[in-house]
Amino acid sequence: MNRAKRGAAAALLALAQAASPASPVDGFELEDAAMAERYQALIGEFRCPKCLNESLASSGAPIAADLRRTVRRLIADGADDAAIRVHLQQRYGDFILYDPPLRPSTWALWFAPLALALLAAALLRRAGARRRAPPLSEAERAAVERFVERRG
Amino acid sequence: MAPTAAASAAAHRMIGRLLPLAGFAALVALLYLGFTLRDPTLLPSALIAQPFPRFDLPILGGSGQRATEADLQGAPRLVNVWATWCPTCLAEHAELTRIGAETGLSIIGINYKDDAAEAIAWLARHGDPYQFNVVDADGDLGVELGVYGAPETFLVDAAGIIRHKRVGEVNPAVWENEIAPAWRNLAATP
Repeated sequence: MNRAKRGAAAALLALAQAASPASPVDGFELEDAAMAERYQALIGEFRCPKCLNESLASSGAPIAADLRRTVRRLIADGADDAAIRVHLQQRYGDFILYDPPLRPSTWALWFAPLALALLAAALLRRAGARRRAPPLSEAERAAVERFVERRG
Repeated sequence: MAPTAAASAAAHRMIGRLLPLAGFAALVALLYLGFTLRDPTLLPSALIAQPFPRFDLPILGGSGQRATEADLQGAPRLVNVWATWCPTCLAEHAELTRIGAETGLSIIGINYKDDAAEAIAWLARHGDPYQFNVVDADGDLGVELGVYGAPETFLVDAAGIIRHKRVGEVNPAVWENEIAPAWRNLAATP
């Protein structure tokens, strides 16, 4: 490996490390290992309100940094995970939860797949029943036998 | 086969052929509604009918004076989250200025994650429709308000309850169709 290549590899590695989520980017650490673990789990669980399809952990948006800081402050203040979820949900709505709660407004979300699966099963059954040939009548059976005998 | 039975079988086949088409049409309709009716970047506000969050922040250019949520109470207010780095905030500034001058609804600013000196200069340049501005330098009040991008504008009633939230630009149409009716509604139901 020549020098330029090695330099490029080192730069890529540094970039990858810089882009890796959470605490190093925000420049803080929770001294307590258990708290740090909870922090990592929680920020992976919330959705960044600005970026639609990224978690707080993976988003580089300033609002995600603000919310990570909020989560860290709540952990440091002694809030448990459920209280932190409620805290963010009260401010940003269900949107921020990747795991939406079951309530009338989310019934379609939760039950539509089940309804579709049942519908598909019913349709498949019907299609299968139609494809199966109806039983032969006495006359038809006799005709088949005559045909087979003539051949044999 | 009797003619009626044949007809019924034909009708059956017809339905069988149309069913997938109907299913496809339903799917297209669902996706059309899903992708057009609702702006996916627009979040429903969780804070409607909630009290304005507690805060204690310095007043912009106020040499150490501070404001709290109690300073919002007593009359309906428009609370506008803005910053000098936000182009849409400049775009809506003329309308906010008009609202402040013509309607009698007072406007409080939250200078959101901004540089205070630049904000003061910006107001000197473009005019200042705000009764006062509080400085939310690190965006903590923004988080309390569920703000995810400036500008956002809240209608707060005299008791300090949030009654309406507008995400994005306030323009004459938004004022006419959204904010003014909500404000009139406050006056109607004290």
